[in-house]
Amino acid sequence: MQIKLRLNGKEVTGNVEPDMALLDFVREKGCYSVKRGCETSNCGLCTVLMDGKPILSCSTLAARADGHSIVTIEGCQKEAEEFGGFLADEGAEQCGFCSPGFIMNVIAMFRELTDPTDEEIREYLAGNLCRCSGYEGQLRAIHRYMDHKKKEGGK
Amino acid sequence: MFTIAEYVKVHDLEEAYVLNQKKTNVIIGGGLWLRLGKKRIQTAIDLSNLGLDEITENEKEFSVGSMATLRQLETHEGIHVYTKGAVKESLRYIVGVQMRNCATVGGSIYGRFGFSDILACLLGMDCEVELYNKGRLPLQEFVKMKKDNDILVQVHIKKTPLETVYLSQRNSSTDFPVVSCSVTKRESGFSAVIGARPSVPVVIADESQILQGNVTEETIADFAKYVQESVSFADNTRASGAYRRQIAGVLVKRGIKQLLGGETVCR
Amino acid sequence: MKTVNQPVRKKDAMALVTGKPVYTDDLAPKDCLVVKVLRSPHAHAKILEIDTSVAEKVPDIVCVLTYKDVPQNRFTMAGQTYPEPSPYDRLILEDRVRFVGDAVAIVAGETEKAVEKALRCIRVKYEVLEPVLDFRQAKDNPILIHPEENWESLCPVGADNQRNLCASGLEEHGDIDRVLAESDVVIEQTYHTKANQQTMMETFRTYTTMDTYGRLEVVSATQVPFHVRRILARALDIPKSKVRVIKPRIGGGFGAKQTLIAEIYPAIVTMKTGRPAKMIYTREESMIASTPRHEMEIKVRIGADKEGYIHGIEVKTLSNTGAYGEHGPTTVGLSGHKSIPLYSKAEAFRFQYDVVYTNKMSAGAYRGYGATQGIFAVESAVNELAVKLNMDPVKLREMNLTREGDVMHGYYGETASSCTLDRCLERAAEMIGWKDKYPSRVMPDGKVRGVGIAMAMQGSGISNLDTGSVSLKINDDGFYTLSIGAADMGTGCDTVLAQIAAEALDCSYDDIIVHGVDTDISPYDTGSYASSTTYVTGMATVKACETLIGKMKAFGAKKLGCMVEEVDFDGDRVFVVADGRSISRKDLGNVVMCASKDALYATEAHSSPVSPPPFMAGAVEVEVDLETGTVKLVDYAAVVDCGTPINPNLARVQVEGGLVQGIGMALYEDIIYDERGYVAENSLMQYKIPTRLDMGKLRVEFDSSYEQTGPFGAKSIGEIVINTPSPAIAQAVYNATGVRIRELPITPEKIVMGILEREN
Repeated sequence: MQIKLRLNGKEVTGNVEPDMALLDFVREKGCYSVKRGCETSNCGLCTVLMDGKPILSCSTLAARADGHSIVTIEGCQKEAEEFGGFLADEGAEQCGFCSPGFIMNVIAMFRELTDPTDEEIREYLAGNLCRCSGYEGQLRAIHRYMDHKKKEGGK
Repeated sequence: MFTIAEYVKVHDLEEAYVLNQKKTNVIIGGGLWLRLGKKRIQTAIDLSNLGLDEITENEKEFSVGSMATLRQLETHEGIHVYTKGAVKESLRYIVGVQMRNCATVGGSIYGRFGFSDILACLLGMDCEVELYNKGRLPLQEFVKMKKDNDILVQVHIKKTPLETVYLSQRNSSTDFPVVSCSVTKRESGFSAVIGARPSVPVVIADESQILQGNVTEETIADFAKYVQESVSFADNTRASGAYRRQIAGVLVKRGIKQLLGGETVCR
Repeated sequence: MKTVNQPVRKKDAMALVTGKPVYTDDLAPKDCLVVKVLRSPHAHAKILEIDTSVAEKVPDIVCVLTYKDVPQNRFTMAGQTYPEPSPYDRLILEDRVRFVGDAVAIVAGETEKAVEKALRCIRVKYEVLEPVLDFRQAKDNPILIHPEENWESLCPVGADNQRNLCASGLEEHGDIDRVLAESDVVIEQTYHTKANQQTMMETFRTYTTMDTYGRLEVVSATQVPFHVRRILARALDIPKSKVRVIKPRIGGGFGAKQTLIAEIYPAIVTMKTGRPAKMIYTREESMIASTPRHEMEIKVRIGADKEGYIHGIEVKTLSNTGAYGEHGPTTVGLSGHKSIPLYSKAEAFRFQYDVVYTNKMSAGAYRGYGATQGIFAVESAVNELAVKLNMDPVKLREMNLTREGDVMHGYYGETASSCTLDRCLERAAEMIGWKDKYPSRVMPDGKVRGVGIAMAMQGSGISNLDTGSVSLKINDDGFYTLSIGAADMGTGCDTVLAQIAAEALDCSYDDIIVHGVDTDISPYDTGSYASSTTYVTGMATVKACETLIGKMKAFGAKKLGCMVEEVDFDGDRVFVVADGRSISRKDLGNVVMCASKDALYATEAHSSPVSPPPFMAGAVEVEVDLETGTVKLVDYAAVVDCGTPINPNLARVQVEGGLVQGIGMALYEDIIYDERGYVAENSLMQYKIPTRLDMGKLRVEFDSSYEQTGPFGAKSIGEIVINTPSPAIAQAVYNATGVRIRELPITPEKIVMGILEREN
């Protein structure tokens, strides 16, 4: 079937199988950042934004994305670099395999919540598994990023 | 791996209903549960063009479209206020925000899964499901019905004067519950819902009026015991039936105390 | 130190956080055949007939292989130095299957759908055999898992396939029976640790191609590229010169990728078809047909006097290696070698073990590698000893723990040449507030908080065995290339080794580029496992730097027209000490590229006769809901002696990550088989690793000793960090509830049922 959607700001079309996952579609379109860590909607590695909301691209059919706007980390390199720098400064990216999905959800979180508490941060990001970092370094990176943003805002 | 041969975004419910009469055709909600199976689907029926992804409110009820996501339900201000946070409590620990942005209310309720937090929560209130063919019927009745080829259109949460709380026990924060529980206080008295037994949630009303009048530690314990004895529990890899029975009693007690304005012991 | 002990960013950090395509599946050619494996539905069976004719006719199917199509060399998939201690007990495919999920056939085709369809079309007739599922019943069971004649154990590890024994052994020092008989107090208990999945986020994956020279090129998510080359050559019965292995970025390993899992399947497909092929393990496959931690049942006896001095420790381990013997003979050793020596003042010990085959999935290497299991048992027993002696467990440990200079009889007689374990313990206790909080406090809401503590050690590489080598060269304008054979699996060894080189060469960290593993190009390295890279390969790096500096001095002296003895090198230039004339590093790099008869290139290898243990203490506070059994982690304080942390950030994240994996093992993670041998936890939906809502607050400090034999005083960090949570949490739960849990994981149900049992 034919689908048409906005991928990272550009209109793309594709002829897809009805059971194709959005994840496989965006990888086919060159968005290799999007990873599959499980088949059961549990790991958050495949997180992309659909109409601005974080969703699991492994669990969403490409057909469902027809007519919608999809953003992967390829489409928000500036934000990824900015926050990613803080993650890198903690050494918390480690193997990096979960980083794109994690960062996409962090971006979504900051669009949805202002000045979240630790509890709110943990809850919002609970669907992003990471086996390397033990999460603590990711939280430190988020704190530093928030401090940085506050200072920037104050200027 | 499940497969889909054809995908149809239907234009109205009648089209969906007709398609859905064929055994090999399936309505796709969020598609999360479906894709875990090995089903060979002829036609996947997509309702997402029918405007069913909205939650509306009037003076009598909230109407939740079957294609509304769990996250929409969780963050709906009116429902949050009416349920004093019970609905949110039943949703916040389901895997993660992204997952709840995909899973639909219709999929969760239609599936009548034993582990469903939201089903156990809504059963504690006055809810009706609206089916395309059969029309409106109480959720309590719907959970006991066999799955058929009807279409779940909306879930209505009636604004009946009642107070409800939701509690669950989980082995880890975002796991399935090993016991889900809602406790409700109406003018007519108390009732409890126990789910994840591990099978489908059941409603236990305080029929013999154990909690009538002045509620005490003793009567609370008696009602909890009554619930424990009225519900059947079984083992699975997450917990034994015996543990579930024990925890059901604990959660019911805590739920009643929470309703009576005691400490908010949730999990 | 300028670069060592500095928290620099990882070399690859920005590529990773911006989502660049750097992992195996991102790099695989788009025309790769999709490879999948038909898996056994039976725990134990013989294949009587297998019919692939229909499968072969499925459109887009290119290759279907069964046991009839594979070489008959038995091999092990364990990534270990040859001759491997793990037995040669498997074929690529065989007419016998030994666990649910064992490989039955290999199918390759143009699309995943075609391959899935073909898999369903293969008809197999099995003779179902009775399985051995209980590892306590495995030894000398009449049902043999490996009856085959050509089964082979290359090393003297006490293996006997006619007894279902993968290994067995006994080590003793002193007269343990007399010491235990004369002890005032003896603790005798049995502890049971379960299989756990490493659960790295990137599942097993490999793609293979034929190169220009007709050689097999293998790109794989592996920790052991050189072992992959050797093992594939043997399994495929081709010369080692015909195999090239390249390691791209890896999405985590934790030991899982120290065994070949996916590699062999696309490799044989490419050999048979000449086509590029790839195998991407599903999460389910990674959960049912991989190499989880060895399940162990450990009996501990500890004897002490009334004052609390420990005189003897006995550890008897039964380890379950599952259907194949990967890492079976070696992991078990650590259950004694890394637990008993925590208390080296004890005058006697005995360590006895059996490793048995069963019809469960094969176990393998997982961070901690047996030490984790042994330390849970011994540290739990020491905590039980404290209760029996009515002593504070911190005090009991202070009296008995290994201190710097002690000889560790249970650890090959090595001396603890660098050790701050005493200070780690003291500080961890202080951080958690032990004095005020031990043993427990009832909170206003009725929940109870308890504290627990445990110590741990590990090794730094395998002594007299692990080999790390690096090559170093200077390029135009004076930047250096560091070629390593060690496999960065996300831990940051590319970065850490570059820091060591920058320190040794007295240059900026950015002046060094690192080239990861390509077996055609990289100098040999055993691989990244056994906590070896920083310590072993780090020393090779120091040596290579020294050699290159020597060469640069000689070359510089020649250019400056003087004797090498007259010059020195300060990182930026070679200069004549007497008059200050110099040639810059930039010029050295450029000049050596023109009409030069000198190569400014150095390769050095290192191996260590010792494996100095890192040490640590972990203290935890938990809050238990006595009615539901829910355990909430309040605070985890860890103090680690890893020698000099080369990169404090990466070391800290190693600790935090290891602690959370350890917390998962302690509280949540379990692999449960049903009576047919099926694994219930076959997905991340069923196998619950900790989320960020489950791990509480972690606090990490370092109390560094200086290890003379390590690079700039460093030891290891990667594995030790997973060892303290299980015993510390078990004790904290005991202190909160009075319920002693000796079988992991510590579930809410076990706690509640334990409390109810005690009350009745």
